[in-house]
Amino acid sequence: MDMSAYPLELPEDDRPMVRFMNVTKRYGQLVVLDSLDLDVAEGEMVTVIGPSGSGKTTVLRMLMTLETINGGVIYVDGKPLTHMEKGGVLVPADERHLRRMRSAIGMCFQHFNLFPHMTALQNCMEGPVQVLGLSKQEARQRSEELLTLVGMIDKKDQHPSRLSGGQQQRVAIARALAMRPKVMLFDEVTSALDPEVIGEVTNVIRKLVNEHNLTMLMVTHQMGFAKDISDRICFFFGGRIEEQGPPGQLFGNPQRDRTRQFLSAVKEAD
Amino acid sequence: MPIWEFLETYGTRLASGTLVTCAQFVLSAVIAVVIALLAGLGKLSRNRLIRAISVVYIELFRGTSLLVQLYWIFFVLPLLGITLPKFVAGFVSVGLNVGSYGAELVRGAIQSVPKGQWEAAYALSMSPAKRMRRIILPQAVVIMLPPWGNLLIELLKGTALVALISVTDLMFQARQINASTFLSAQAFGTALVLYYILARFLITPFMRWLERVMARRLGRA
Repeated sequence: MDMSAYPLELPEDDRPMVRFMNVTKRYGQLVVLDSLDLDVAEGEMVTVIGPSGSGKTTVLRMLMTLETINGGVIYVDGKPLTHMEKGGVLVPADERHLRRMRSAIGMCFQHFNLFPHMTALQNCMEGPVQVLGLSKQEARQRSEELLTLVGMIDKKDQHPSRLSGGQQQRVAIARALAMRPKVMLFDEVTSALDPEVIGEVTNVIRKLVNEHNLTMLMVTHQMGFAKDISDRICFFFGGRIEEQGPPGQLFGNPQRDRTRQFLSAVKEAD
Repeated sequence: MPIWEFLETYGTRLASGTLVTCAQFVLSAVIAVVIALLAGLGKLSRNRLIRAISVVYIELFRGTSLLVQLYWIFFVLPLLGITLPKFVAGFVSVGLNVGSYGAELVRGAIQSVPKGQWEAAYALSMSPAKRMRRIILPQAVVIMLPPWGNLLIELLKGTALVALISVTDLMFQARQINASTFLSAQAFGTALVLYYILARFLITPFMRWLERVMARRLGRA
């Protein structure tokens, strides 16, 4: 598709928080995502499920701009994320544009990736102080509020090595929220956790869904959890959205064979 | 001559030589660390010129003999208009030589910081410079400390070569004593022991202590 087919900015009356427009991602010959179109409305919680290799994590990583894209445009809050305007057309974004745009996006990882040389509180303050330019005092106040939200305030002076996986992941959520993102991405945040601590992380995410108007995209293998809290489920297969819909419909009455096969295989594994 | 008598006679000369060796060690270590950091980061730079300069430096100083480098800096540079006092030429040569090995330690340590740490810093929109300084380097330092301990012992032993451009270090004094008395076993035996003591009882404990301090900063100890 010619770049002039992509608007420089999405119109006021059709401006989802996130829009993937005809997005393609390849690794060499392998097509990971094939002309993906996906909108996420403001405040919506969308969960991406699918077999491994279906491209679901790639969706989040592209939105975090950790991966470049090979075709199409991603818009965040109506503005192009992966591209920028130059002489009336969109060209691939430079480093500065990416940095400015991705501050609207927060991400939590499967392996937490807390900074090991900083305490829980310092982890949360790092972004606000170093990137947003907040004073130490403001950043501390904001971070302490968020650590309270995730139930980690009493461990604020501990280093990550002293925390359990569930505790580390809750700090990581607070760290991402401290940047006040418009969009939060959760990439298999419970996959590396012991079963008995999964609940403490899912409860935090549940709280965010219920009490905050954040736009969220989540990749998970916790089908029960996804069903509970999502506004919409997208089932990915072979780099495309095979089927999507409200959780009740997708889990209760899947339309496609592949969706049915996947869901029954997952149920057996449980 | 018994060893205690030898030490009584030549002890002050050997002690002053040891002091010069210590000074050479500290000064060349500072140069080695600073230049290793610059060249190690330079080799990872996205700027091709910076990368090329770093590679040329590393290859040149790692690939040729320290003794030849020392002679170059002391005897050949003056022909090009740069004259360094022998003391300075000594620690500069050793520092530049060891720095080229150190650069590879720095590069390796930076690259072995887990990918997730780069991505987490990236996800917080940190600039590349801040990401390196605040997130990656503090962790890389912990990774590279043990091999640096090794390299600093190498560096200490390397400083013995500065005697060959007449810097009055421990090796220089031992050679002088040997030349005038032919007490080879005593002269070089004492030098051997003194180098060992410096390496084993000063450098090694210091590096261990540094490793402990750094481990504590990661909340591990």
